Amino acid sequence: MSKDPRLRAVFALLATLVLALGVTACGGDDDDDGDGGDTGANLIEENPDNNGVQVTVGSKNFTEQFILGEVYAQALEAAGYDVKKQLNLGSEQIALRALEDGEIDAYPEYTSTALTSFFDIPAEDVPADAQEATDETETQFEDLGLTVFEPTPFESANAVGLLTEQADELGVESISDLEGQSEDLTLYGSPECRQRVDCLVGLEDNYGLQFRKFTPVDIGLRYEVLDKGDADLSILFTTDAQLSESDEYTILEDDQGLLPAGNVLFVARTETVDEAGSDFSEVVESVQEDLSLEVLQELNARVDLDKEEPEEAASAYLQEFGYVE
Amino acid sequence: MKLAFLDAFTGALDFIFNQREAQTGGVEVGGLGQVADLTLDHVEVSAIALTGSLAIAMPIGVWLGHRGRGELLAVAIGNAGRAVPELALIAFMVAFVGVGLVNVSIALLVLGIPPILTNSFVAIRQVDRDAVEAARGMGMSEPEIVGKVELPLAVPTLMSGVRTAAIAIVATATIAPLAGVVTLGDLILSRNVYGDDGVLAGAILVAVLALVVELALAGVQRLLTPRGVLLQRAPAAV
Repeated sequence: MSKDPRLRAVFALLATLVLALGVTACGGDDDDDGDGGDTGANLIEENPDNNGVQVTVGSKNFTEQFILGEVYAQALEAAGYDVKKQLNLGSEQIALRALEDGEIDAYPEYTSTALTSFFDIPAEDVPADAQEATDETETQFEDLGLTVFEPTPFESANAVGLLTEQADELGVESISDLEGQSEDLTLYGSPECRQRVDCLVGLEDNYGLQFRKFTPVDIGLRYEVLDKGDADLSILFTTDAQLSESDEYTILEDDQGLLPAGNVLFVARTETVDEAGSDFSEVVESVQEDLSLEVLQELNARVDLDKEEPEEAASAYLQEFGYVE
Repeated sequence: MKLAFLDAFTGALDFIFNQREAQTGGVEVGGLGQVADLTLDHVEVSAIALTGSLAIAMPIGVWLGHRGRGELLAVAIGNAGRAVPELALIAFMVAFVGVGLVNVSIALLVLGIPPILTNSFVAIRQVDRDAVEAARGMGMSEPEIVGKVELPLAVPTLMSGVRTAAIAIVATATIAPLAGVVTLGDLILSRNVYGDDGVLAGAILVAVLALVVELALAGVQRLLTPRGVLLQRAPAAV
């Protein structure tokens, strides 16, 4: 630095100017936000009473769960809660244990998964009616001392899917149509699928299908194996982005109701809900109201196809529907 | 706490020896039959991968070591190889070879190359130069020097690379069910089907298998090492 006092004065002046400009710019931004923000009735209001109330939101480890976890977490944060995220729990068994041990306070779970995986209900006995399934799941969770919120509007299920081109070629529309042809077809699904009644085992026993080969793959590869022509059939999710974006893939109708459809229930520790006050329930049930199948497919698309972070997709959802400014 | 641990352990052992109904119902899982099937497939894919990495890395390492140059290359390839994430490699290769035995074998083979390459290079380099010069003075050809002098003297260090590679491959073959090859890793990955007992059983079985492979290769190493070197107890580099 120069020791010349005049030069130093110039530096000081410049620095002051820059700072002043910065501060006014920030102030301007704040004003703009304040003016434009008070539109929708959806807007989540920050309640200072919630500051310091700690809530840990969990989720399992795939796109849709990351997004849902982020949606709830960001909404609760907007309401002033002190939110922590634990969004990469391996499986529902791990998630449930974390919930029971208090390592997380809440996470979103599918009714069908909860019934088969937690409450030992055989896949074929899971109610086909979504409302019935929800009621039953609710009762079971409450027996465990957990609190369950209203179900999300969208339903999701596993599905047997294939390239539309091939579906036309084979002339199949439902899983039963595969009879007599399945011996020549390969099926790809998660490693778990191989031994699950609501997957390979059920397709073999209930539908009486034999496949040329079942190959386990990471669920992240479920479309890639179809695209590359390795898989004739692949286990997909009905909420997948790829299904909304194009007609490239076709889902076979599950005419025997083997792959149960389910809503998502936000399950929480009862202590947390009691301590967190009424805002918690209100926020959770209001923020999920716009999660229709189309919206969810769109959100999945943002992450899976457009490579956005789940965090960005969730905050775009909150903004678009006016939950946050 | 101690008791819970014991319970888990007993449960895992029970899973290994007795069949039981899957947590998701409908099928029987566990028991020696299934364990044996999974173990065989685990060993198969590991053996293919190890053979592959030996075939690729050992000749290059030995050749570089014999010529006494390319140290930088050997080390760079070795270190870069260690940093390759296997799952990403598998996903990447789906585009070229699909999923299945070929894909998993290549992914695991890549894992085996660094320790074998680095160790065979170092093993040959550290062979006493006087012995090599003496052999040259006796009129041995270069291939003879490598085969009759350098390789026998290099066995301990060389084999320690092979052992490291084998352990890494056996342990990592656990991810194979994510790419179409059902190994012991299935017990760990499909927790919902096998339950906690299955997961722990899988972990125990993989650990035991790794130990067995390590012991077997230590035996092979003893058989291959010349008696004189055994007496000398040459230090082994990792």
